[in-house]
Amino acid sequence: MTKDPYLSNLELGQPDKTFLDSNELIINMGPQHPATHGVLRVILKLDGEKVLGTECVIGYLHRGVEKIAENRTYTMFNPYVDRMDYVAAVSNGLGYCEAVEKLMNVQAPPRAQYIRVILTELNRIASHQLWLGTHALDIGAMTPLFYTFRDREEILKIFEKYCGARLTTHAFRIGGCQYETYEGFEQDVKNYVNFLPPKIDEYEELLTTNRIWVERTRNVGKISAADCKALGVTGPVLRASGVKWDIRKALPYAAYPEFDFEIPTGTNGDTYDRYMVRMAEMRQALRIIRQAVERIPEGPIMAKVPKVMKPPVGEVYHSIEAPKGELGYFIVSDGSTQPYRVRVRPPSFVNLQALDVMVRGQLVADVIAVIGTLDIVLGEVDR
Amino acid sequence: MVTKLKRQYGSGVREANTYLGQNYLVLEPSIAHEVLQVLREQEEFEYCVDLTAVHYPQREKQFDLVWILYSFAHNQRLRVKTMIADGEAFPTSVEIWPTTNWLEREVYDMFGIHFEGHPDLKRILLPDGWKGYPLRKDYGIIQQDQEWVRINLGIESGQ
Repeated sequence: MTKDPYLSNLELGQPDKTFLDSNELIINMGPQHPATHGVLRVILKLDGEKVLGTECVIGYLHRGVEKIAENRTYTMFNPYVDRMDYVAAVSNGLGYCEAVEKLMNVQAPPRAQYIRVILTELNRIASHQLWLGTHALDIGAMTPLFYTFRDREEILKIFEKYCGARLTTHAFRIGGCQYETYEGFEQDVKNYVNFLPPKIDEYEELLTTNRIWVERTRNVGKISAADCKALGVTGPVLRASGVKWDIRKALPYAAYPEFDFEIPTGTNGDTYDRYMVRMAEMRQALRIIRQAVERIPEGPIMAKVPKVMKPPVGEVYHSIEAPKGELGYFIVSDGSTQPYRVRVRPPSFVNLQALDVMVRGQLVADVIAVIGTLDIVLGEVDR
Repeated sequence: MVTKLKRQYGSGVREANTYLGQNYLVLEPSIAHEVLQVLREQEEFEYCVDLTAVHYPQREKQFDLVWILYSFAHNQRLRVKTMIADGEAFPTSVEIWPTTNWLEREVYDMFGIHFEGHPDLKRILLPDGWKGYPLRKDYGIIQQDQEWVRINLGIESGQ
């Protein structure tokens, strides 16, 4: 066995010795593994089927996004952020545009804010649908995948009609939106809002009371609220542990203060609660979209921003509630056309750190369930 | 809070200000670690949102270390900043906020800043054995560790 620096953490002495003395063994999972949702390598230390410890090895998808940012103008960097969390590209764009707007002291006009909210919430639903399908598939339920992908398709069609792209949308610009909504946009969105609730019922029928699903998720990967806060875990994972905290309410941005919605929470902090929280979040997102599309104001979609953007010297941190948790941008401007430093605070990266706490003492099969329930996107973990 | 800190640490608190509605503190590196502890324990900043660094090569103290903290109890965000020189180590905050474990590893990976007492300080995003720290300003955007690429990937260049 060659020396692997990542094994040092697992306190395993001589592998052959421990192997004979006990049932402890080390298993390598990934980086090419269908249940890791990308290229994630997890080294597991097991005692029989029980997990004694884990070590994540990440960085296989590292593209140096933060370095690229320092060498592009503010506008040129905008499409790059879509490539981080590629299943929720609209949220990434919203966070970045709002951070730069804050730095430049511009405010997007109300109509643009509404378009932003509609698209971001649609993207939240799409992201949760993708999560549900793949998470259920990992655990062994194949059908939900077909259902969720069928319904996610409709959202992607709206994106495609709006801006020409389905995944890496680049939907927003600094100062507002590039495109006015297309003819029939509002009707498409309204149709979708009416179309989805029975479909969510359908997903729930397949899973919520399904004996196998409940057995595989209840009390699996439990994490307490205190642990979540200490580990910086945010998003649905934090809320499933009983903390009613959502940046859309706590530190509102865009047009969110104008809408009624609730923050769903769980009590147990297990995989089942996280599932319930995300299902409820989809319904809340629909509620926001319905209000937004009914009240969407007329007017310009772009604020007055100079062609060459030179934000004043200073620093700003702005974060939004992405589908996966707190997505933050810390931008330092030196007064030139290129940002001096852009730091992305990725929710997936920070949430993944909780994996070890969540799987210790659980069975090896539960590791798959926990990776799924954390809802990580490796493009965002590695950036 | 600021007056309390100023009373206790005097000129160690170099700046306490608000820019664009965001509060920040600039601290002397000698007291920074202690103040972080105080913020966690007495001011209820129980969530460390982010830790990062910024490189200013022309300065004597080349690096800004930036913590972004949040308090659930007061619904407040705070940025804490301190400056350290190249090669200088800073005490780890892993025992204050466990989340800084990976964040400090990333800062080490990208800037080469050492955190004293970190349980497992090694590269996180780049491969082990990589030379150089990419987010330093003197590291070019297309620069890469050719030797590592040759040995590990068996190709002349990754570009």
